[in-house]
Amino acid sequence: MPKTHVSMTVNGKLVEGLVEPRTLLIHFLREDLCLTGPHIGCETTHCGACTVDLDGKSVKACTVFAVQAEGASILTIEGIAAPDGTLHALQEGFREMHGLQCGFCTPGMITRAYRLLQENPNPSEEEIRHGISGNLCRCTGYQNIVKAIQYAAAKMSGAQFQEAAE
Amino acid sequence: MIICRDRRRKPEGPEAGGRQGGRHDSRRAFAYHRPKSIAEAVALLSELGEDARPLSGGHSLIRMMKLRLAKPSDLVDLGAIAELKGIREDGPDIVIGATTTQHDLLGSALAARTPILVEAASVIADPQVRYLGTIGGNVANGDPGNDMPAVMMCLGATFQLAGKGGERRVAARDFYQGAYFTALEPGEILSAIRIPIPPTGHGYAYEKLKRKIGDYATAAAAVLLTMAGGRATTCSIGLTNVGETPLWAEDAARILVGSSLDPATVKRAVAAAEAITSPASDTRGPAAYRTKMAGVMLSRALERARSRAR
Repeated sequence: MPKTHVSMTVNGKLVEGLVEPRTLLIHFLREDLCLTGPHIGCETTHCGACTVDLDGKSVKACTVFAVQAEGASILTIEGIAAPDGTLHALQEGFREMHGLQCGFCTPGMITRAYRLLQENPNPSEEEIRHGISGNLCRCTGYQNIVKAIQYAAAKMSGAQFQEAAE
Repeated sequence: MIICRDRRRKPEGPEAGGRQGGRHDSRRAFAYHRPKSIAEAVALLSELGEDARPLSGGHSLIRMMKLRLAKPSDLVDLGAIAELKGIREDGPDIVIGATTTQHDLLGSALAARTPILVEAASVIADPQVRYLGTIGGNVANGDPGNDMPAVMMCLGATFQLAGKGGERRVAARDFYQGAYFTALEPGEILSAIRIPIPPTGHGYAYEKLKRKIGDYATAAAAVLLTMAGGRATTCSIGLTNVGETPLWAEDAARILVGSSLDPATVKRAVAAAEAITSPASDTRGPAAYRTKMAGVMLSRALERARSRAR
């Protein structure tokens, strides 16, 4: 099958490549661009480990063809921290609140939470749980993931994170 | 351009077809088209023949392609067609473009005029799927597990189908013929959905039983009703995933009209609704259980719709 030329902006940089139409966006990102932060967990749209931000939408990159992202602006976990390496509030939150165990789901969790907080800067615990319901953590660490997102929401709005009494 | 030089490239093309976990192991090669207008899309689909498929959000089709249950020769991507997107009011109706996403519905003031749409959209799959999954794909795919078809039957929606010969309209209640079989002809696409805006003060509910987030319904019920003087003046009921097609429970609704939705009448209506179901026994439960759950979802939806009616 002839290859198709695609170009898109990934983490602020214009990139281009030749792909078969059937190439999934996750493979283009990981194998052609070497952005291995977004993970392939299930490849069946369930787990959310491959979540990236595409034109302001959280999407599972295993269920989008690279050709569909022509002209799009994409943000992956590699583009979340500041250019000088300063961690994003979400990355800091996941570190401070122990929001990861094995870490496999973390890039998808953080990328999804990034969009959630853009749309809803002060979410309730229920809204956070609903908002990350497309991301699975098989270490069953949701409690601390929710705390990490609450930490980030507080920090981004200039407040101090207060853990709820257990 | 960034090129991955330090990693061994996996084989591509047909020779990679049998490899487990290979880059292209699960999808047959296809040609990709990205038309800019409905006319261009339907011309392409007629010209390319029956093995060509329209691609909308892709969250049913791409998954079917991975399972090799769909092996299209060509994909005609509807994503760049501006006239297929958006929600507008047109007299007594709202008209929703086919590639409007479930996420778009959640935040739309216009869609809020038919709140059952928003309630149903919020229980479809998960956030990432709702950002890309479209209402047109959901209703046109003919998957009895999808939520919107029963809601459309409940609302009395009409589907606008665009083909090479022009546009025709088919009522949602006449659209579904079997699992994955609909009134869509080869070469046609669903371009928009036309929904009569329900009267102010109507009651509504979409009750869905699912095992977990992202699952299809074990059973679900859509209810729309109006009340006056404590009695139901109109009632419409749709059922999801308890038959080969979504179901419009006309007899059940007729039993309820004129009643105060008293327990005895609701019980008769639930029995009438259960009687038209024919679910499969599957991982969601045996057929008899799923039929009963359709009844339970219907009684809960009736209760909630009544409590919302003014």
